Amino acid sequence: MKYMFDFYLQTMKTAILSWFQYRVGQYFYMIGMVAEPVVYLVVWSTVASAQGGSVGGYTAGGFAAYYIVWTLVRNINIVFTPYGWEWRIQRGELSAMLLRPVHPIHYDLAFFAGTKFVVIVMWLPIAALLTLLFHPTFNTTPLGVIVFFFAIWGAYLIRSMLLWLLGMVTFWTTRVSAIYGLYFALELLLSGRLVPLSLMPPWVQGIASFLPFKWTFGFPIEALIGQLSVQQLFLGLGMQVSWIVASFLLVRVVWRFGIRHFSSVGN
Amino acid sequence: MFKLIWLFFRVGAMNELQYRVNFFIQLIQSLIELGIGLIGLALVFGHTTTLAGWTRPELLAVMGVYTLMGGLINATIQPNMLQLLNDVQQGTLDYILTKPADSQLQISIRQVHIWSMTDLLLGLSVLIYAVIQIQARIGFLQALVFVALLFMGVLMIYCFWLILTTGAFWLIRMENILELFQGVYQAGRWPTTVYPNWLQVGLTFLVPVAFAVTVPAEAITGRLTVTTLLEALAFTIILLLFSRWFWKRGLRHYSGASA
Repeated sequence: MKYMFDFYLQTMKTAILSWFQYRVGQYFYMIGMVAEPVVYLVVWSTVASAQGGSVGGYTAGGFAAYYIVWTLVRNINIVFTPYGWEWRIQRGELSAMLLRPVHPIHYDLAFFAGTKFVVIVMWLPIAALLTLLFHPTFNTTPLGVIVFFFAIWGAYLIRSMLLWLLGMVTFWTTRVSAIYGLYFALELLLSGRLVPLSLMPPWVQGIASFLPFKWTFGFPIEALIGQLSVQQLFLGLGMQVSWIVASFLLVRVVWRFGIRHFSSVGN
Repeated sequence: MFKLIWLFFRVGAMNELQYRVNFFIQLIQSLIELGIGLIGLALVFGHTTTLAGWTRPELLAVMGVYTLMGGLINATIQPNMLQLLNDVQQGTLDYILTKPADSQLQISIRQVHIWSMTDLLLGLSVLIYAVIQIQARIGFLQALVFVALLFMGVLMIYCFWLILTTGAFWLIRMENILELFQGVYQAGRWPTTVYPNWLQVGLTFLVPVAFAVTVPAEAITGRLTVTTLLEALAFTIILLLFSRWFWKRGLRHYSGASA
């Protein structure tokens, strides 16, 4: 246990240092990322004011709050990309990781968790700027803040493991980009990233509740901006726990089968 | 010069044509991308009837131009600029500089991602469908102006990319430019008149998305004024001259791998 704790701590420190080194590049990345919610925000605020002030339970200020928290959750949601698997296998990095006594997923979990410290610090000025520009209205409750704090890390865990699962498809085939494209499209639509799910038709909302995407994205946002009742807050945490367990088990099974397919030469 | 461009284009295209499966992969991705755009449009018009004065088929036309222009950028500008970025980092730009032809020309035409043309075709189809829905009568002159504006749009985006990439001569590591550009370019899905003023200015003069997508779409939907047309022309020329000057300055700052 102590050994694992040290491993996580050290990997996180390395991550912080290596990300902080390239902060200009990181800012480019962030500005590119912030453009996306700003577009959604402007479009939906325009619709809200044209419809007499609110649409789908959101006013212009409500949309602003939603999409500003969106930028934080999106940053927390960044994990090891499935596209990276091909690279890892080609470069022999995976073989090197297999030689270590720790399961490779721990490295990814620790590393990207470490980067979040840099990301959050860099995110603060962007959030301040967006707040000044778009005047969000929050109905935040103290319980909502506490739930949000746990929910973003739950979201991080679930998304890490889901994308690991997706990445492991590379063990079987290298023509993965179409599969990834479909996955990310579904995620975009059903997670609350494109629009708050309350704007979707009811049947889409129904499907979304049964899939993991909403619990890694829309749920933490709605928890913080105060769109959820106490009951919904706890239901959300419960759903997160179930998805963490489910994806953990899936990763174990798929890893066990996938690694048998993997062979490498040299290195 | 045109002979050289044609030659590079042919070699680049032949290179890409070896990988036929990539066509289907690219097609699937283009369709997904377009599908998401259409769903976004449907969601907006599920809650309203016009957006900042644009009707649904008109916004479909904007999306057509957006997709078409995106295809052009992905096929021609982006791969060349990413290659340049790589060359500056690795010091392999030497191979270009030692050749007799103009260096800016060479770095601009080395690559062509022929499969990204799927976006061009899809965008064109969406645009034609939208024009039929709008029931606009598009005369020869209007079509000509539209094509001219598209061409200017490509040139402006090219200059924008070149200016940013030239920054690599000083900063060396700039690999996230792609994310920056693609993020901001998404704003072109909607006419820039939707955005608040400060953002409109940014999307017009900092990243010329407005000129690349909205203005050609205005030409198709009969909103274009002569002033806008002249502005586009003037800004294209300014950008071309500035990027040329900046490129030359950047080159002087380049220290190669072997020199």
